[in-house]
Amino acid sequence: MSETVEKAPAAPARRPGGALRRLLRNPLGLIPAVLLAAIVVAVLLAPVLSPQDPDTADLADSFGGAAAGHPLGFDSAGRDLLSRLLHGGRFTLGGAVIALLVALALGVPAGLLAGYRGGRFDAAASWTVDLVMALPAMVVLLASRAILGNTVWVLMVVLGVLVAPSFFRLVRGIVAGVRGELYVDAAKVSGLTDLRIVARHVLIVVRAPIIIQVALVAGLAIGLQAGLEFLGIGSGDTPTWGAMLNEAFQNMEQAPSMIVWPGLALGLTSASLVLLAGALRDALEDRGDRPAPARPRRRPRADTPAATAPADADGAERADLLSVRGLAVSYGTKEVVHGIDLDVRAGEIVGLVGESGSGKSQTAFSILGILPEGGRVSGGSVTVLGREIVGLPEREHRALRGDVVAYVPQEPMSNLDPSFTIGAQLVEPMRYKLGISKAEAKRRALDLLRQVEIPDPERTYGSYPHEISGGMAQRVLIAGAMSCDPKLLIADEPTTALDVMVQAEILGLLRRLQAERGLGVLLVTHNLGVVADLCDRVGVMHDGRIVESGPVERVLGEPAEPYTRRLLGAVLDDVPARAPWRPAQKETA
Amino acid sequence: MKDEAVKDDAAKDRALLTVEDLWVSFPGKGFRAPRTEVLKGVSLEVRPGETLGMVGGSGSGKTTIGRAILGLAPVRSGSITFAGERIERAPAKQRRRLSKDLQVVFQDPYTSLNPSLAIGDTLSEPLLAQGIGRREARRRVGDLLERVHLPSDAAARLPREFSGGQRQRVAIARALAIGPKLIVCDEPVSALDLTTQRTVLDLLLEIQERTNVSYLFVSHDLAVVRFVSHRVAVLHRGEIVETGDAARVTADPQHPYTRSLLLSAPVADVAEQRARREAFEHERAAS
Repeated sequence: MSETVEKAPAAPARRPGGALRRLLRNPLGLIPAVLLAAIVVAVLLAPVLSPQDPDTADLADSFGGAAAGHPLGFDSAGRDLLSRLLHGGRFTLGGAVIALLVALALGVPAGLLAGYRGGRFDAAASWTVDLVMALPAMVVLLASRAILGNTVWVLMVVLGVLVAPSFFRLVRGIVAGVRGELYVDAAKVSGLTDLRIVARHVLIVVRAPIIIQVALVAGLAIGLQAGLEFLGIGSGDTPTWGAMLNEAFQNMEQAPSMIVWPGLALGLTSASLVLLAGALRDALEDRGDRPAPARPRRRPRADTPAATAPADADGAERADLLSVRGLAVSYGTKEVVHGIDLDVRAGEIVGLVGESGSGKSQTAFSILGILPEGGRVSGGSVTVLGREIVGLPEREHRALRGDVVAYVPQEPMSNLDPSFTIGAQLVEPMRYKLGISKAEAKRRALDLLRQVEIPDPERTYGSYPHEISGGMAQRVLIAGAMSCDPKLLIADEPTTALDVMVQAEILGLLRRLQAERGLGVLLVTHNLGVVADLCDRVGVMHDGRIVESGPVERVLGEPAEPYTRRLLGAVLDDVPARAPWRPAQKETA
Repeated sequence: MKDEAVKDDAAKDRALLTVEDLWVSFPGKGFRAPRTEVLKGVSLEVRPGETLGMVGGSGSGKTTIGRAILGLAPVRSGSITFAGERIERAPAKQRRRLSKDLQVVFQDPYTSLNPSLAIGDTLSEPLLAQGIGRREARRRVGDLLERVHLPSDAAARLPREFSGGQRQRVAIARALAIGPKLIVCDEPVSALDLTTQRTVLDLLLEIQERTNVSYLFVSHDLAVVRFVSHRVAVLHRGEIVETGDAARVTADPQHPYTRSLLLSAPVADVAEQRARREAFEHERAAS
């Protein structure tokens, strides 16, 4: 059960229309979109806008500068540059569109089918795609020009085939992921045909990435095509931006300014497409959902301690190991933890219990100094061994973690790096933190693994994370947490991801280690049974506040607050089992 | 015990769902790796209006049973009979017909709803698939939302606007849409908060009372299973090690695995939990 920051319940629905609005509100989206639209319109209206036919030549005008009706001047053959630019755009942009259409027509359906069905078609299609991707595009284009003739359109169809794999791979990857989603299973159980499932559930997911990819591939196609023309490989007669660039380049000495216009057209179009792709990604993929980092992560010195110090005026003496007074945590302007007090003494296990969104994990993260991006301690004070840690520079905080404060996370598997052995992951931090030799670190690591009751420490030491079970992984993480002999252990739902029997064992292990080492433990959990099993004292969190705290026997046995009572009322331990089944009185079946 | 067996035999004729000697295996990872046997000869039956709870640890195969019944896991051998029809290898067409009577509620309310479809669209999906008109479907979606105690304006909103418990209500509404006879509930409350869990369980019971639907209720949490199930089957490593009335299995477990499972779940009472812990450690030491 992961802690999430409560979202506003009535957030406006996000629809494609909203995405368009978001795109246009972003200057990096609006400017390229307007530029592209202008270029496309100008090119479409070429016959109307251009002063004359692009092939009308008058040698008398060759290399002529701007003249009335010919704002850009003339090329080497005395043809009007503006006309050639506008008409050339039709071939350049039209060619890119053809390449895109071919790539989409080939790549998307094949990707959908391969991703959704898998199996033999997937294997065959993936092989083919790998083959196509292995072909050097330039060589294929040159060869196809020799065989198929040198019209722009044919070359662009070939280019479309060559870039189709990028769409195939994109779509196949996403669809293969979606296929495993529960909502696709649910749709199958609902009796939907595969075609409907693809149309309703799958296409909608690949839509955004495809749009983004289209913008990128369009830029690529234009660039490649211009490159071919520039090398003189395109069709000589058709006016295209690449061919114009080529001609300008050849006449660099006589008329250096001629290179500007096609260069500008190509540059603006390609740059707009790349920028647009980026802006589309931001607009279509859920960026707005995350809490915006209100400002660059600055040390929260400004709005911190001292001022709120009177919080301990309520009598309770601050504990020497961990003491929290008036702690507040905010994301942007939204406060999620509203001033909580908490003490952990040496040799004491304190539970922090609450439902998701109550702020219990946020509290633990603030003490560790590892709040997720966008979050900050916005008030209060936290002392560890009498030392204020709110506003501590990251370097000193890091030194504190491991040495004095250790952490056991919720998901043991995702907290181990799959590419290193267990041993390496235990030894490395010890060598860094304690400055001991490799052999000494290994000896200690094996000793730790024994202490966390791992049956065959030598074997586990050499194993990779995927070779051990979730319960073993949690033992390894506990061993790692113990490696630098901490005083305070913060465990965030340490058994939530585990089976009940494994949970019972891990709880037993934590109890033993705590007793042997006189550790102070802050245990964050949603499970009241775990609290009853392990904790000495408990704080009940609700909506960012501690609503009730005290010795476990008292809080669980005689809860004073309505919320605590409600929580305990939902526990099913004492509810009688359901009575045996009786046939329905009036059987309707 | 004997009594129970006799009763079970008589019940078999009236069973809505009968699973006999079900084997399911998945291909091993890697070239020529041996297949992984997930279910090793499981037999069970569910009667109309009855809840059968399936409880077991991770990897016990409890989820696979539900998936095999729904046609989402490959059956190697054995039979599944639902309402008099053999369905263990039902072709796509028969499956689509079956979907009217056989439904599911999955564990994770966050991934079982398509994040980009409005709740109303998700709910009308099964209705449209059964050939019900759009207008009629929209009316029924309103009824469904009411039945799971959600506001009627929920239909136009996206899943992200709802909490976990509310989403699970939507998933239940989807399962109810075409009046099924059996709903496979795969850990329907294990991703929910304690207080939400209770309200969702109460809703499931209320629906059963009203519609006489049967549940195959899969969970790792014995307390939850005990609360909603008439009968409980305990699954361990692909085999059912114990089955019987909920009160009997949870108060007087016969199999050592059931006993350990029962004792290992911590309870929210300090003194009682201490006694359980000692009993669990004792049980462990004995085995």
